[in-house]
Amino acid sequence: MMNSNEIIDDIANKEYEFGFTTDIEMDIAPPGLNEDIIRFISAKKNEPEWLLEWRLKGFQAFKKLKFPTWQHFELPELDLQSLSYWAAPKQKKQLNSLDEVDPELLATFDKLGISINEQKALTGVAVDVVFDSVSVVTTFKTKLKELGVIFCSFGEAVQEYPDLVKKYLGTVVPASDNVFAALNSAVFSDGSFVYIPKGVRCPMELSTYFRINAQNTGQFERTLIVADDESYVSYLEGCTAPMRDENQLHAAVVEIVALEKAEVKYSTVQNWYPGDKDGKGGIFNFVTKRGICKGANSKISWTQVETGSAITWKYPSVILQGDYSEGEFYSVAVVRNKQIADTGTKIHHIGKGTKSRIISKGISAGHGDNSYRGLVSVGPRAENARNFTQCDSLLIGNQCGSHTFPYIESRNKSAMIEHEATTSKIGEDQIFYLNARGIDTEKAVALIVNGYVKEVLNQLPMEFAVEAQKLLSITLEGSVG
Amino acid sequence: MLTIKNLHAEVEGKKILKGINLEIPKGEIHAIMGPNGSGKSSLASVLAGRDNYEVTEGEVWFNGKNLLEMSPEDRAREGVFLAFQYPVEIPGVSNINFLKTAVNEVRAYKGLPQLEAKEFLKLTKEKQQLVDFNTNLMNRSLNEGFSGGEKKRNEIFQLAMLNPSLAILDETDSGLDIDALRIVSNGVNKLRDAEKSFVVITHYQRLLEYIVPDFVHVLYNGRIIKTGTKELALELEEKGYDWLKEAEHQKESV
Repeated sequence: MMNSNEIIDDIANKEYEFGFTTDIEMDIAPPGLNEDIIRFISAKKNEPEWLLEWRLKGFQAFKKLKFPTWQHFELPELDLQSLSYWAAPKQKKQLNSLDEVDPELLATFDKLGISINEQKALTGVAVDVVFDSVSVVTTFKTKLKELGVIFCSFGEAVQEYPDLVKKYLGTVVPASDNVFAALNSAVFSDGSFVYIPKGVRCPMELSTYFRINAQNTGQFERTLIVADDESYVSYLEGCTAPMRDENQLHAAVVEIVALEKAEVKYSTVQNWYPGDKDGKGGIFNFVTKRGICKGANSKISWTQVETGSAITWKYPSVILQGDYSEGEFYSVAVVRNKQIADTGTKIHHIGKGTKSRIISKGISAGHGDNSYRGLVSVGPRAENARNFTQCDSLLIGNQCGSHTFPYIESRNKSAMIEHEATTSKIGEDQIFYLNARGIDTEKAVALIVNGYVKEVLNQLPMEFAVEAQKLLSITLEGSVG
Repeated sequence: MLTIKNLHAEVEGKKILKGINLEIPKGEIHAIMGPNGSGKSSLASVLAGRDNYEVTEGEVWFNGKNLLEMSPEDRAREGVFLAFQYPVEIPGVSNINFLKTAVNEVRAYKGLPQLEAKEFLKLTKEKQQLVDFNTNLMNRSLNEGFSGGEKKRNEIFQLAMLNPSLAILDETDSGLDIDALRIVSNGVNKLRDAEKSFVVITHYQRLLEYIVPDFVHVLYNGRIIKTGTKELALELEEKGYDWLKEAEHQKESV
């Protein structure tokens, strides 16, 4: 009979299930970061001159910026010169239907459990798949086109809608924002672009699946979402990566612009390879995500479920510029083995009557180290701004860590800011109580964890919530009966 | 139903149970009384399988099966139920979700299909009325913020839902006022039948006025030192435990 500590160890050490690689002929650039490679990428993608210049400016910024030192973990040495900044499946002709896609690639999606066929038929989710930098298939495009919704790869948007891209690119996350954003600006390969026209409520969830396949490539995708006046969109992003002994860098940028009365919901389920149980390998997930509520009464909501990556380091943020605009951040971050997460959000209240809500649930198991870091700032113009923050930590076992770093800066006396925090531990007595009612330890842990994260998972669209719950149960084994 | 033979157990090297012998036939109610620290709650914990107790000697047979070889969850699935002295709070897990999981785990073990939502709710309603359990507590987090009395009533409600063949009530009367005590006891009496046995652990005779036992055992210093009928409880109420303790010490010193 295993005791609960052994089971917890076992659960905490469970192997990564998405650690397969796909053998598809790749088109890979030689390693190294310099102006030539940036010109190479830009040329490969047939980019206009202004975008090449924008990239080169990003590179100039990158050279001046330093790696941050304030994070609550030791930043591993990153040899950015040893990475290759371009990898694309060789077959790259225009695809009209799934039948034309490389069967190996489809098999990969099947292993990921996101059979596109099935998704197309059953869920009505439009999927834009980014597979090592180049968007392969975009489904449902026609249907969306009728409504004027643009949902395509970033590369395609640059060709087809250059004015829109030029107008908004870098307006939320400027190239000089931080070293990883600058790097992304210089070498970003592809990503997704979304534009929702005035008054349109996007009728389906837009979904992108990112997956890192090739060895020694970083993934630098870039997502730009623009929601015009009185529009609505819900956007989903899921990520996995194969198992490698080397660390891989993922430095993405996501920008969201919400105009007057627009609402954008952005959901992420991140399951990059976390490294093995001794902390070897795994993805460095260093991502800059930021949205701006530009128009009055607009709303941006981030929901993230982070179970993967060796290091997760990101703060999806909202700038509440428009009066009475609203920002939300819902997060579940799980660390186990030797995983590290330093995540949270930044909410800037600028307009009057702006509101924000932050719900963060950290789960630490094994030797994992989880930090919540958040900033709520209220500017002098933000009359009657409101914020509510709740950040909870759940510890499983006694070798993990959990930290909370909340920052509050208020420059307006009428602001009301609330912060609640709790730390709890799955106790032996809780597990025994459930055991004594016929529930085994694995299920008991799952029951407690699912109860703990419910408030956040409820924010996810239905099919994604199911996937997220499955992921949590793979990560922590067992599921709710 | 339950046979305990020469049971010895210790916690962190400290001997707590020192040779318990007890036979509980089907359908009977046995009360276990004794002063503080005599090992009453330890006996309950050992029977339920709490893992900080180490059984060093003896056997426990439950319906012909070796109870001590089973995991705590299997004991529960076989039909042993422990009503906790201190029910544990589990935030975020709703009472109803917890119960559904528990009921279905026990059913799966017995090879029965999962209960449909409708059947489950019907069962819930029926048992709720039987033990007079407040509906409002169903959707709340398990025991979180419950009063002492509500927690104990929740234990009895779970007992009704899981319908075990052996129920061990570990000081279920502690912390209850007289009204709550009556409600809890009524619940137990309604659940009483020819197939079910109860072990009622208590300090006070008061509970036994409501739940009338077939036998009363006095536990002292890890052993059962006296067994009698319900009149023994009255005698203990009147005379305390000292006369038994003294007799026991004299025996030891001989």
